[in-house]
Amino acid sequence: MAKRWNNTLTEADVTPYATYLNRRQLMAGAAGLGLTSLAGPLAAGDLDPNSWEEITSYNNFYEFGTNKGDPARYAGRMTTEPWSVTIDGLVDRPGTYDFRDIMAAMTVEERIYRLRCVEAWSMVVPWNGFELADLLAMAGVQDGARYVAFETLLRPDEMPGVSRPVIEWPYVEGLRLDEALHPLTIMATGLYGKPIPNQNGAPIRLVVPWKYGFKSIKSVVRISLVKDQPPTSWNKYSAREYGFYSNVNPHVDHPRWSQASERRIGGGLLARREPTLMFNGYEAEVAALYEGMDLAKYH
Amino acid sequence: MKEWTSPSITRMSADRINGLLRRVPVWTVYAIGALPPPILLYMGAAGDLGVEPIKALEQELGELALKLLILGLAVTPMRRHLGLNLMRFRRAIGLLTFYYVLCHLLVWLILDIQTLDRIWADIVKRPYITIGMAAFLLMIPLAATSNNRSVRVLGPAWRKLHRAIYGIAILAALHFLMLTKGFQIEPLAYLAAILLLLALRSPLFRSREPAKQAMKESV
Repeated sequence: MAKRWNNTLTEADVTPYATYLNRRQLMAGAAGLGLTSLAGPLAAGDLDPNSWEEITSYNNFYEFGTNKGDPARYAGRMTTEPWSVTIDGLVDRPGTYDFRDIMAAMTVEERIYRLRCVEAWSMVVPWNGFELADLLAMAGVQDGARYVAFETLLRPDEMPGVSRPVIEWPYVEGLRLDEALHPLTIMATGLYGKPIPNQNGAPIRLVVPWKYGFKSIKSVVRISLVKDQPPTSWNKYSAREYGFYSNVNPHVDHPRWSQASERRIGGGLLARREPTLMFNGYEAEVAALYEGMDLAKYH
Repeated sequence: MKEWTSPSITRMSADRINGLLRRVPVWTVYAIGALPPPILLYMGAAGDLGVEPIKALEQELGELALKLLILGLAVTPMRRHLGLNLMRFRRAIGLLTFYYVLCHLLVWLILDIQTLDRIWADIVKRPYITIGMAAFLLMIPLAATSNNRSVRVLGPAWRKLHRAIYGIAILAALHFLMLTKGFQIEPLAYLAAILLLLALRSPLFRSREPAKQAMKESV
């Protein structure tokens, strides 16, 4: 297995949820007292995570509607307890794993990752989760497996968006096995140290930080180890626009919009665009996975 | 109560509405119509448009422009087929449409894309932007000739020139349709409304206008 990924950001960079709330109060208080200079030293650099409100109110989760606010409005209906994930295909121990059993077996850690949406906006998210590699090891990956396929819950009673054929349901995604086993690839189960909210893909979702956000499939109910490249939802909808790989790449434009720059959520009306980084800033960690590949062809 | 379905009753209620509309000064339409863009801008600055106010503002202004465009295209069919007369307000509706398109464009240029090289790259490389831009450029001569003097000077050519709005409306609907991700109802509904309003102008529908007689009488 690849070496475990070491976060260059330490626990000290993470704002514990309580402190985060206190800080908000402090800042509100400071603003009230006119002590705006306090905000300066408190605001960290580039990877200062977006706020809880930003991360949980601006979502793409089309099962609940296509507006950014729809998931926050409607995802509360989704039953996430009990929850189980079926792991099948080319594995030694196929079966339906209860979410609580998975959590008992995994070591949850905090990962602050950039999130870059294909729509050219971005966030920084403090996830809690575990490496997908650990979960796959639990099921035992067999030799013939070359890809991993994922599937989102499809429950029309609880998902108002699926009554319309925006894309084909259920939502499916896939990774090459080496991508899935990469230490940056996690299954997230929490946000800011709290259980992940439904609109963000409760109770368990994939996070692949060097790919466009739609690859990071939410509310996963099935993980299949397979031999051939599995179908993926947006690729089925328009292969020209959404490649299987969909690595963040400022040099390969989406046909309908440029991918060279992005806007970080949270900057208000005057937010400046920033240049998009190759592999979303994770080039040093993941570029080797794609050595020799034409990234424009395999976009 | 057979009369309730008869055209004369519809005519009567249409006449009542027309009577009420005659009392509305046109300037109030300009005044009320001008307000939403600055209000939306203020809401965006105040955080009332969500955590991504630039896109929200851009989309809201674009959709309002489309709605006004549809209202403007509906004036003639409503008069012909329903006897409802909004002709006095048609210029105001048209100019307000241009105003919303201009605001939509300015939000895109200044707040969203921000730099000239990116703006130009988008205009030439992104078909939906090219189409939107073409629709805007085509609207400029229409807005510039939306005054009594131009109508007088241009004569019959004025009507011909302003028929460009039919093409502009289709471009605008395509612009929305092409930027949407996935199969979504909303842009298709706008396109359908526009196509319907254009179809109502074809000779096929014009031959059996219920309100034709009334119009002749009133002229």
